[in-house]
Amino acid sequence: MNGPLREFWERFSANRFALAGLWVIALLFLLSFAASFITPYDPDAIDAWHVLLPPSAEHWFGTDELGRDVLTRVIFGARVSLKVGFVAVGIAVAVGTVVGLFAGFYGGWVDSVLMRIVDIMLCFPTFFLILAVIAMLEPSIWYIMVIIGLTGWMGVARLVRAEVLSLKSRDFISAARVLGASDRRIIFRHILPNALSPVLVSATLGVAGAILTESALSFLGIGVQPPTPSWGNILTSGKDYIEFAWWLSLFPGVAILVTVLSYNLVGEGIRDALDPRRQR
Amino acid sequence: MANYLIKRLLMLFPLLLGITLITFTVIHLAPGEPVEMQTAMSPKVSAQARARLREFYGLDKPLHVQYGMWLSNLAHLDFGRSFAPDNRPVLDKIKERIPITISLNVIALILEFGLALPIGILAAVHRDTLLDRAISVFVFAGFAVPTFWLALLCMYFFGVKLNWLPISGIHSLGSDALPTLARFWDLAKHLLLPISIATFGSLAGLSRYMRSTMLEVLSQDYITTARAKGVRERVVIYRHALKNALLPVITLLGFSLPALIGGSVIFETIFSIPGMGQLFYQGVMARDYPLVMGILVIGAGLTLVGNLLADLCYAVADPRIRHGRG
Repeated sequence: MNGPLREFWERFSANRFALAGLWVIALLFLLSFAASFITPYDPDAIDAWHVLLPPSAEHWFGTDELGRDVLTRVIFGARVSLKVGFVAVGIAVAVGTVVGLFAGFYGGWVDSVLMRIVDIMLCFPTFFLILAVIAMLEPSIWYIMVIIGLTGWMGVARLVRAEVLSLKSRDFISAARVLGASDRRIIFRHILPNALSPVLVSATLGVAGAILTESALSFLGIGVQPPTPSWGNILTSGKDYIEFAWWLSLFPGVAILVTVLSYNLVGEGIRDALDPRRQR
Repeated sequence: MANYLIKRLLMLFPLLLGITLITFTVIHLAPGEPVEMQTAMSPKVSAQARARLREFYGLDKPLHVQYGMWLSNLAHLDFGRSFAPDNRPVLDKIKERIPITISLNVIALILEFGLALPIGILAAVHRDTLLDRAISVFVFAGFAVPTFWLALLCMYFFGVKLNWLPISGIHSLGSDALPTLARFWDLAKHLLLPISIATFGSLAGLSRYMRSTMLEVLSQDYITTARAKGVRERVVIYRHALKNALLPVITLLGFSLPALIGGSVIFETIFSIPGMGQLFYQGVMARDYPLVMGILVIGAGLTLVGNLLADLCYAVADPRIRHGRG
């Protein structure tokens, strides 16, 4: 590792909570990739003789109303959540970065128009907008990711724009311009790399938000469709059987809580590590 | 100040226009039509009947014409009629649902600010102590807990297990016959869980924000100066620092509105509260275009007004804007 990266890592790993969050996320990825090898059960195998069993040595998290192993479904559900988090935030960051770069670099009417669009988008109760679009489309996890991404880029755009505005007047940008660098080269080679660090923080926290949104959508029945397990839709049946089967509601919720918490801790850790003024 | 006000008010029009444009585009870009929902179920509906239905709803016209019609009706506060079988004006439907959602959200907002600001200030003032750590744990839990799951657990624990609180609706059966005080008590019992959970969910972000702005202010030179002059710590914190730390929080007031309104879908569905969120959910499921568009426009419009008010409060509170060029 070279200088600044090493320094960043040293600072980051000094933060025990952030490090723990990173380990949990790594573990989750491992679990979800190796899901079929870890558990002896099939996530979709219906077993009418073992319906709604409480947690036991055989079924650590109990079974659901169709006799499926809840632990298995929670592990497979991790795939959905991790994927949604990554792709949705990827889209949000890509759109937000491009918008922010253009607005900040070109200024003038380009800036006014783009920032007014940001203002307008920010007025909508995001969950309403997502709900309206998702419910009208064929149920698909890809739509969910795209829609969450397309309704979540505004914060990134503002961040990048602010960063570009403060970088634009620096000497090294003027120097590049004097040397005859094109706009594109200045934007992508000189400004973008310098504007990335606040984006990294906001993206990590954004993953947490996207996971929460997906689980809420699936809980309402318009996200990931059964039988594909997701933490949100396991909780839907948890709600229906809450009087008899607490385990159906408890474990998927804890899974969401731990995952979101980990991403938040990592995000805060990155922020503190990038900003020397913010010592804990 | 007057200039600033006029400028902000003039800005409202393009923003409102943008809101309607985005609402319309979002709803009409999606494939499928409400007519299909109504007719797909019964094979007896003929192609002519379907065409008549489309014509009746104006769905046969080009999109820009539909948008123009919708917009000019909006200008007269006519949000169209619901596609639902009752066919009532959208505005009437929204009007009867909006008070409960707004009052729930306003109560939650007041509680949120009333609790989050002291918590954040406390954490900042007692930075790095056990208290600060404990608050941090609480805050991070609040960030990470899915509110609908928390609602589920509370329903199980307080509703099913302990049987202390009702878990659905806003009235008990036959509560109309009760005397006023008992009726109010009944309502309060129904709303306790939804409001507490809504408040808890939004507490984390705000108190964290308050802590960081307070810390930032406390590191300023004038605070050091005040301390060096021998001003008592209490006075430094509550007189000198607090005022400046509270300023940026005002802007957040406007921003918390869309999040709260958005969250009402989840609460109202879980607790069967007959508010705007539940109406929206039902409208979305039935592809009731006019209703969905109406609620989107009103929800975004409310936020717009909320933001404007917050910015005006900020301008009044901040002398740099009050006396400046604006």
